[in-house]
Amino acid sequence: MTATTSTETYIVTDTSRTPLPSVWRVGWSRGQVELKAFFRERQAVVFILAMPAVMLVLLGAIFGGEHTGSGATIGDIYVAGLIGGGVMATSYQNLGMSIAFERERFTLKRLRGTPMPAAAYFGGKIIQVIVAAIAEVAVLLIIGVAFYHLQLPTSGTAWWTFTWVFVLGVAACSLLGIAASSLPRSAARNGVAVITLPFVVLQFISGVYVPFFLVPAWLRGIASVFPLEWMCRGMRSVFVPQAVTLEPGHSWQHGQTALVLSAWVVAGLVLCLTTFRWQNRQDR
Amino acid sequence: MNATSPAVRARGLRKNYGGVPAVSGIDLEIAPGEVFALLGPNGAGKTTTVEILEGYRDRDGGEVSVLDEDPQRAGRAWRARIGIVLQLASDAPELTVAEMVGNFAGFYPSPRRPAEVIDLVGLTDKARARIRTLSGGQQRRLDVALGLIGGPELLFLDEPTTGFDPEARRAFWDVIRALSGGGVTVLLTTHYLDEAAALADRVAVLRDGLIVAEGRPADLGGRSVAEAIVSWQDRDSTRSMRTAEPTRVVAGLAARYGGEVPGLTVTRPSLEDVYLELIGGRS
Repeated sequence: MTATTSTETYIVTDTSRTPLPSVWRVGWSRGQVELKAFFRERQAVVFILAMPAVMLVLLGAIFGGEHTGSGATIGDIYVAGLIGGGVMATSYQNLGMSIAFERERFTLKRLRGTPMPAAAYFGGKIIQVIVAAIAEVAVLLIIGVAFYHLQLPTSGTAWWTFTWVFVLGVAACSLLGIAASSLPRSAARNGVAVITLPFVVLQFISGVYVPFFLVPAWLRGIASVFPLEWMCRGMRSVFVPQAVTLEPGHSWQHGQTALVLSAWVVAGLVLCLTTFRWQNRQDR
Repeated sequence: MNATSPAVRARGLRKNYGGVPAVSGIDLEIAPGEVFALLGPNGAGKTTTVEILEGYRDRDGGEVSVLDEDPQRAGRAWRARIGIVLQLASDAPELTVAEMVGNFAGFYPSPRRPAEVIDLVGLTDKARARIRTLSGGQQRRLDVALGLIGGPELLFLDEPTTGFDPEARRAFWDVIRALSGGGVTVLLTTHYLDEAAALADRVAVLRDGLIVAEGRPADLGGRSVAEAIVSWQDRDSTRSMRTAEPTRVVAGLAARYGGEVPGLTVTRPSLEDVYLELIGGRS
């Protein structure tokens, strides 16, 4: 550290009349650094982006060829289920863990001490989650089409269904992830138990790791309280529409899907607004 | 900012945690352009005081004005005029120094140029390095750069040189002097008395949530008027004398030796002596 000539030019100026940068501009720049940080972090890329793809290849290799009597193979059903799980991984798990670490390492506290608007911070997170979730879906679809003869839908209605299920699912799970980030006492020590474990359990009972029609009815009942089951169901309706005969009630229940996911968006927003903290609890 | 009003002013500042007082009535006034150091042992209330001034915590009592606003209610425009260097912050390990500083620059209405600030803290060689690869001292300098990037009028530094080697500390002091020379007001907390003595125009010593002494480092605790010890070499032995009038004693000695007094020293209680006495309960 040397006091070079530049130090002599450091003069305080009255900046109080210059307008602050807009929320949109700051949010956009936060999105850029969030994306860089995410895609450079090997742990995040492996555990969040690559995990669903690895599971798809594994589960598909073990059960993929089996027919279900509905015109769809188990492999096709796994593609749809893992898209649901992948969307939740890139939103809920990603935000839950990363924000818990940011709080613990005083990143949030430091940002709070700057004129960065809170909305720009969350805007940056939204950009990062949407890009990661789209990348996740793309990877899973490529594997599905390449290895499991998955037929991509051609109708506009199917893609419209995909769009609203994706958007509502990302929104609900992102908000729940932000809320969950406040739960662990220490991100490093209990983050996995408090944030990741419930997500793994949900994946088993919601039709991600085990096809939903094989899950016992009482576990399906528990799963249908949470958003993941409805996200997977919506994705199945888009990518394996012929398998409707395997669904409870032989129906995709789009109305109820939209309702449950919207309710979780509202609940997640309320949870975030009431629990979000910029400082960790030891730091009082 | 009104040129005549203080940068920081607190009157009767109080804060309790669960009924236990952490700050029990502090008065502070820091002039624009001044470097002010808060000294005190852990738990004396330094961090609580500073975090109230920074707007991180709400106070339980008293009046506070920082750059003419109440930090508890101040908004983004006020935050754009202050810079905060936290005691512990480590984040974004995969971003580079330049990316991080550039991102923070975007939060402010008229930031400093990132390259200039990175140069100021001596990280130009590391601008393209990932933050994860920086040493502890280099990360600390990045923290300082992030506190400076907005071009603050008032800079808060919480124990800024903890973990620095002596050379890095002196270089850091030069940075603070340069900032101060440019008109930045600096509020510094530190454990290091030499740091306070080297940098601060004024220091205040906190103990049990109260200011027990305040003044120029040279005057603290009556240092400049305390009895001095004059010692010199008289043939084979060292002689010394405790006196309130060291100048007269030295003049007398000079007359007696007809010029140079052998081995002459005049000492007053060091800042450390005064500080230890202040926090040790004999105040």
